[in-house]
Amino acid sequence: MKERPLSPHLQVYRLPLTAWVSITHRATGVFLSLGMILLVVFLLAIAQGSESFALVHSCLQSLAGRLFLWGWIYSLLFHLCHGFRHLIWDTGHGFERETLNRFAAYEIAASLLLVSMLILLVSI
Amino acid sequence: MATFTLPKNSKIQPGKTWPAQQGAKRIKRVEVYRYDPESGENPRVDVFEIDLDRCAPMVLDALLLIKNEIDPTLAFRRSCREGVCGSCSMNIDGHNTLACTKPMEDCSDVIRIYPLPHLQVVKDLVPDMTHFYAQYASIKPWIVTQTPAPADRERLQSKEERSKLDGLVECIMCASCSTSCPSYWWNGDRYLGPAVLLQAYRWIADSRDETTGERLDELEDPFKLYRCHTIMNCTDTCPKGLNPAKAIAEIKKLLIERQK
Repeated sequence: MKERPLSPHLQVYRLPLTAWVSITHRATGVFLSLGMILLVVFLLAIAQGSESFALVHSCLQSLAGRLFLWGWIYSLLFHLCHGFRHLIWDTGHGFERETLNRFAAYEIAASLLLVSMLILLVSI
Repeated sequence: MATFTLPKNSKIQPGKTWPAQQGAKRIKRVEVYRYDPESGENPRVDVFEIDLDRCAPMVLDALLLIKNEIDPTLAFRRSCREGVCGSCSMNIDGHNTLACTKPMEDCSDVIRIYPLPHLQVVKDLVPDMTHFYAQYASIKPWIVTQTPAPADRERLQSKEERSKLDGLVECIMCASCSTSCPSYWWNGDRYLGPAVLLQAYRWIADSRDETTGERLDELEDPFKLYRCHTIMNCTDTCPKGLNPAKAIAEIKKLLIERQK
């Protein structure tokens, strides 16, 4: 018998906001791990002396370096906000159908608020 | 393993268009996934233009109109037409729901109908549910007791004990939730999925069942239970308004509590 086809999934499913937040939670987690590698490179450079430190420092000062670092910081804040949601869920609360997507929007708003506060702090 | 694209034999081709009859005034465009196991061709999407003036209000009514008057080869499951049998679950407008309780009025301009996601398709809108039912059987969906039954009456339950089953016994096993869950898409071979886990909790929460410990032992598994990452598609899509995600959280809570 010919093999049966697989019905479409991601191709047709309209994911709710909670699903997008969940995917972003995982993506930011991966990005945070990548950032840890950069942190190790940074510490190694410090240990090796001023020349290598200057090199890594100038890389991080470049536009791409700054974007990466801000992305890393935002990942941390987003991961933190959704992490709180997970803690609440683990107590068995916050599962009401009507509030699910509203609270997902609050999480995104909170992470954006935190990162803009940081940007403001840095630029003062 | 998660594969985000469809295999070669599952890629969807454009299909036939069946224009509305002459004189139809309120025309609705309905796109339906078609797969004919006998042709050996890839699945396709057919377009049916139906006359709303000649059709009852639900999506299932549109499918029945198509089958009765336009293309009798269209295959789909249906039975009760009032949301209690769970046969006509399918993906309508990007959400899994029951065709019989979904009004066409609530759909977008073009109604897009696909079988339940990430299952093997037998024909058109009929997916193979064998694995889903086998998983259901694996949680022993019946009462298990050790003590002998009372001689003169049934095993009784107080109103309070019975109320713990509210929101669980209403589940009709339509599989809308399980097939909406990305975790079930990628790990459905080992992850039980929201519908079966809600049923598992239904028997754990039943005061008359005497094997709660064994039931929890069975579920304490990185795949069977803990592939739930609270993505929430299940609760979002349940056509009966139930909350499988909460039932799963309750199981996780019980597993933690019994470690104390």
